[in-house]
Amino acid sequence: MRILKLMFKNTLRHKLRTSLTILGIAIAVMAFGFLRTVVTAWYAGVEASAANRLITRNAVSFIFPLPLAYRDKIARIPGVETVSYMNWFQGVYIDKNQFFARMAADAETALEVYPEFIVPPDQLEAFKRERNACIVGADLAKQYNFKIGDVIPIEGDIYPGRWEFVVRAIYQPRDGKVDGTQMWFHWTYLDERMKQEMPGRAGEVGWYIIRIHNPADAARISEQVDELFKNSRAETKTETEAAFQQGFIAGTNLIIVLLNFMSFVIIGIIMLVLGNTMIMSARERTKEYAVLKTIGFSGGHLTKLIAGESLIISIFGGGLGLALTYPIVGMFSLFVPKSWFPIFYIEPSTIVLAGTAALLVGFIAALFPIQRAVRTSIVDGLRFIG
Amino acid sequence: MKSIQASFDIPVLNNISLSVSEGDFLGLMGPSGSGKTTLLNLIAGIDRPSNGKVVVGGTDIGALSETALAKWRATHIGFIFQFYNLIPVLTAYENVELPLLLTSLSKAERKKHVEFALQVVGLADRMYHYPKQLSGGQEQRVAIARAVATDPTLLVADEPTGDLDKQSAEEILTLLERLNKEFKKTIVMVTHDPRAAEKAHTVRHLDKGELK
Repeated sequence: MRILKLMFKNTLRHKLRTSLTILGIAIAVMAFGFLRTVVTAWYAGVEASAANRLITRNAVSFIFPLPLAYRDKIARIPGVETVSYMNWFQGVYIDKNQFFARMAADAETALEVYPEFIVPPDQLEAFKRERNACIVGADLAKQYNFKIGDVIPIEGDIYPGRWEFVVRAIYQPRDGKVDGTQMWFHWTYLDERMKQEMPGRAGEVGWYIIRIHNPADAARISEQVDELFKNSRAETKTETEAAFQQGFIAGTNLIIVLLNFMSFVIIGIIMLVLGNTMIMSARERTKEYAVLKTIGFSGGHLTKLIAGESLIISIFGGGLGLALTYPIVGMFSLFVPKSWFPIFYIEPSTIVLAGTAALLVGFIAALFPIQRAVRTSIVDGLRFIG
Repeated sequence: MKSIQASFDIPVLNNISLSVSEGDFLGLMGPSGSGKTTLLNLIAGIDRPSNGKVVVGGTDIGALSETALAKWRATHIGFIFQFYNLIPVLTAYENVELPLLLTSLSKAERKKHVEFALQVVGLADRMYHYPKQLSGGQEQRVAIARAVATDPTLLVADEPTGDLDKQSAEEILTLLERLNKEFKKTIVMVTHDPRAAEKAHTVRHLDKGELK
């Protein structure tokens, strides 16, 4: 028999209490993992940002456009590899609840600056050839059952009128961090319609995407771009893609803070649940600990026994909780439209964090019972009536 | 033991000097509250005197640190409690094996020791029974096997027959007598029972913290 066996036997002494504690920890770890996944999903855009991409937008606000004429001037700055541009199109597909990113993109350069969107060469050619063609993400295609050749009708709002786009390419996200729910169509198609129907809005670009040669030059190039258009009709603000994405979620910071807070409250709850179980167990065994000490067990032995028991419970609870997190996150992904949280998966860091939290809780919950067991004298322990 | 004093809120033992020879079987008697158990605890190194020295086998156990004292107990002392104090989730075998876990013995060696100890107390056939599956007398015999498993120098027994019927008590006393005679164990036993005390070679009486 080893001490470990005694730990297991002690753990199973009150099967119902241990089971309920394990279940409580499992639910808490699952909730923690789920909340962390939501927080991660919120930051997915920032996480997926490339270090060699800069975004140039109107200095006043993202909703104000920039002239197309800026493109060539930006392209001449040393260190700039490619300049592409996009417009937020929005519109309504079926009804307002069917949300996904719809953007007008420069067909020639968009995939050069976004190499993580993988399109088969023949589909890319087909997309480039047809003026009202569009590319959709594989996740979006799956959600709406889009196939090559399908027509997507959209009722314009920012750009009024009825628009029809033919699916000519379906891109595959390079990995789980890349959004697979976007739809891009030709910027020139949008611009042509604007020239005909709203000439004042022709030649307008929502933002520029600048691919740079060396990420270390990001600050210098950003400065140079903004310097070029200083005191112009449309001054610019250039920043890294990560900073640009961060700006989008800045308004929701309070929600993130609350979610983070909640996830750590959950850790506190686990600690109380396990702490309570361990205190009860250790108290009931006060006399046994005194007997063990009489036999010759030291404070260190008792520490191992109690901490081990606490860790066994926390490991089982944590493991079960992590195992439950996967189906819960999977179910959430099934019931919530993919376009709400395009990137929604359990990050390895979430697993590490939840696992570490469970282990840490195991240790901390054992501290008080250990201190009590070690400090109680043998004589007092033997006299204890629990 | 020289001029030891033990006090908690009130003095329990006053200037007691007691010497127990190797191989002796000492019975300690006295009314409740006379300090018998306190004296036994001091001898076993589970309590410390307020003043004086407790020397067992040449070791001043009062000078040992808690960890050293725990090691000393593991090696030199076998403690027999009135209420057996077996660990309920462990079998008789595992209970007896407990003190051996603190030694450097291999699993096979531990097995030999446990089996021998259980054989000595006549419970080799109850090895895999849990305490709740044993009678009071059998539990006490397992507790004795646990106490002798490490082959300690000194056995201390606190009212070992106090919770047993007459027949079981007799069996336990016979067993202690055998351990003393056959295995040369030094025994210090606290008892209220005059029949138990009869088994001891020497009987000392404690009253109001004083040894007579």
